Amino acid sequence: MEVYFDNSATTRCSDGAKELMVRALSQDYGNPSSLHGKGLEGENYIREARDKIAKTLKVNGSELIFTSGGTESNNLAILGAALANRRSGMHLITTCIEHPAVSAPMKFLEEQGFSVTYLKVDRDGMISLEELREAVRPETILVSIMYVNNEIGAVEPIAEAAKIIKEQNPSALFHVDAIQAYGKYMIHPRKLGIELMSVSGHKIHGPKGSGFLYVKEKTKLKPIIYGGGQQKNMRSGTENVPGIAGLGQAAWEAYQDFEEKQAHLYRLKGALIKGIEKESWAHINGRTGTDSAPHIISLSVDGIRSEVLLHALEEEGIYVSAGSACSSNKPAVSRTLQSIGARRHLDSTVRISFCGENTLEEVEYCVKTLKELVPRFQKYIRH
Amino acid sequence: MFKAFLIKYGEIGIKGKNRHLFEDALVQQIKYALKPVEGEFLISKEQGRIYIEAAAEFDYDEAMEHLQRVFGIVGICPVVIVEDEGFEHLVQDVISYLDKRYPDKHKTFKVHARRARKNYPMQSMELNASLGEKILEAFPEMKVDVHQPDILVNIEIRGRINIYSEVIPGPGGMPVGTNGKGMLLLSGGIDSPVAGYMIAKRGVKIDAVYFHAPPYTSERAKQKVVDLAKLVAKYAGPIYLKVVNFTDIQMYIYEKCPHEELTIIMRRYMMRIAEHFAEETGSLGMITGESIGQVASQTMQSLAATNEVCTMPVYRPLIGFDKQEIIAVSEKIGTYETSILPFEDCCTIFVAKHPVTKPSLKVIRRSETRLKEKIDEMVQRAIETAETIVAEAE
Repeated sequence: MEVYFDNSATTRCSDGAKELMVRALSQDYGNPSSLHGKGLEGENYIREARDKIAKTLKVNGSELIFTSGGTESNNLAILGAALANRRSGMHLITTCIEHPAVSAPMKFLEEQGFSVTYLKVDRDGMISLEELREAVRPETILVSIMYVNNEIGAVEPIAEAAKIIKEQNPSALFHVDAIQAYGKYMIHPRKLGIELMSVSGHKIHGPKGSGFLYVKEKTKLKPIIYGGGQQKNMRSGTENVPGIAGLGQAAWEAYQDFEEKQAHLYRLKGALIKGIEKESWAHINGRTGTDSAPHIISLSVDGIRSEVLLHALEEEGIYVSAGSACSSNKPAVSRTLQSIGARRHLDSTVRISFCGENTLEEVEYCVKTLKELVPRFQKYIRH
Repeated sequence: MFKAFLIKYGEIGIKGKNRHLFEDALVQQIKYALKPVEGEFLISKEQGRIYIEAAAEFDYDEAMEHLQRVFGIVGICPVVIVEDEGFEHLVQDVISYLDKRYPDKHKTFKVHARRARKNYPMQSMELNASLGEKILEAFPEMKVDVHQPDILVNIEIRGRINIYSEVIPGPGGMPVGTNGKGMLLLSGGIDSPVAGYMIAKRGVKIDAVYFHAPPYTSERAKQKVVDLAKLVAKYAGPIYLKVVNFTDIQMYIYEKCPHEELTIIMRRYMMRIAEHFAEETGSLGMITGESIGQVASQTMQSLAATNEVCTMPVYRPLIGFDKQEIIAVSEKIGTYETSILPFEDCCTIFVAKHPVTKPSLKVIRRSETRLKEKIDEMVQRAIETAETIVAEAE
């Protein structure tokens, strides 16, 4: 039995997205910037994708900038906002559990003379709204908070945070890294008070190399890639038409029968947790109910290194990830786990992450396998 | 401008009656090294010289890069070979050679002519003087310097005439295959590929064995070892790599023996299994990357304890090297970047906090008796289930 439980690392590309992409690659391959009809065909794919995505967010299609994925979206939001607004202030706020695609550009900006406040989190990975309120200053130009944490599935209070930011400093921009949240939650940036929001295509059954940044109209942002002036000068480079088409299709599919899909994910998560929570070796990091992300479980197992458990599960056909897979194959220490105080489990934590295609049978098989493997490997704990 | 190389070899030229064997092996190794290079090459032996002539256009830099990895080669001379059509022609050929090769003529030179064919109408000294004169006429900017010339123009009168002025150093050593075969214990670290390289340099063909411990070591760790074997194969020729599944043995030792002795006992079983394969495939010795005192398992006492289990000689070419010296070689031969990729190998996973550094043979032997119930069967199974991968240079 092959069970893919690493959907927060990447997902299988949906058939609908794939078919659209094949057409855009082999049939309607025109460059959207070309003046002839072939170019127009390419442009149409982008227009369609824009419309499809805009509907899911209840925003204007013109407020979307297509990028090469989540990392670029985050970089564009943070570097672009900082560059465009540095005259209003040099202060930024973020959290200590962000993905490196946010924390690394923040660090870069610190080197350039900006100051950054890092909000702490509690044992569940939740920020404190009070701390946020105190952190926002008149010279704060950008606040960046992730919607769903990629390692433990903590869901941050985005709407409340937006309110507090606007109360303290109406001109501060709010960026949300929604890479693990889009498709799992109904997100309406305008209603929530978000100016900038990052999304990646391959986390929602779209293709790798696709993504977008939502930029609320009139938001001051500078491009970080310069060239032929595509996408209203905000993101030069010939548009990745097949990628954008696939992304649009995947976004549309993600919000079909949305409630049912979300409920299904919570059922899977609930069943897995219920299956192992009584075992003495199992420690679930973060919250476990509907106040946590529906698709992510962070499981720490006493005494078994995450890589070992990962490969042992792999031998049984179950694919999970060790810590956060996105940060490459280096055994880097997880900042999220450090921040929530899970020091004891820094190198003994695996992440299980679902998608709508997973089934309860797969979850049961995973529970059964864990119950067999863990005691077997615990016999050989390193002393 | 060059269509041919003249290959100089040192040590193998003095091997008496066996000389032709060494030369044949060198020709074989050159052929193997040039196989991936685009173009067709004719390789010939002639009176203590090996010539490589390209049949058509070829990539000079690529060919040179590959030749510089062939053990046994001391120098590679890009050479122009001309027919003997009289002295006047030779003058023209030499002048045209210098003109093309040295666009900047502000250089000193010396002509060094040799006659392997003694019936050439001019003697060497006479050739030197006359050619020097003609060169000075053609390029007034050039000057003669017989002590330390910038350009040493070599003229070799053989059946045909060789003109060359550069000797690009080769790696030295002896052609692989002229000194038997050895079994390398390849781990995935920095040291063992270097050890393999150094023994191969002495003309030894290399086989290798890697101990894999899934799920404690990943597929990527195994891929890393295969990649390392491929890199060593650039010098040593194709390497037959045995991948042994070592998990059961390791767990069993872990279960039965004191943890601080684990590494030593584990290594003793690795040596036993490696020796089995070495005997089976005709290796005359085993090769490890050990260096005295580098880690607990490489103290004199530990080495004695691991050495005790095999009868075959164990070659440890890095035994007196510091880590920095080993790293320098691994950087030079191009294995360092791969070696430092962060995947665990099976030596590091069960390491005790305080492993023994001065194991007593008596104690280790006694600990091993606790394994007697199942270990032979496990070793047998590990040997039977080993996978063979042929690692060829890419």
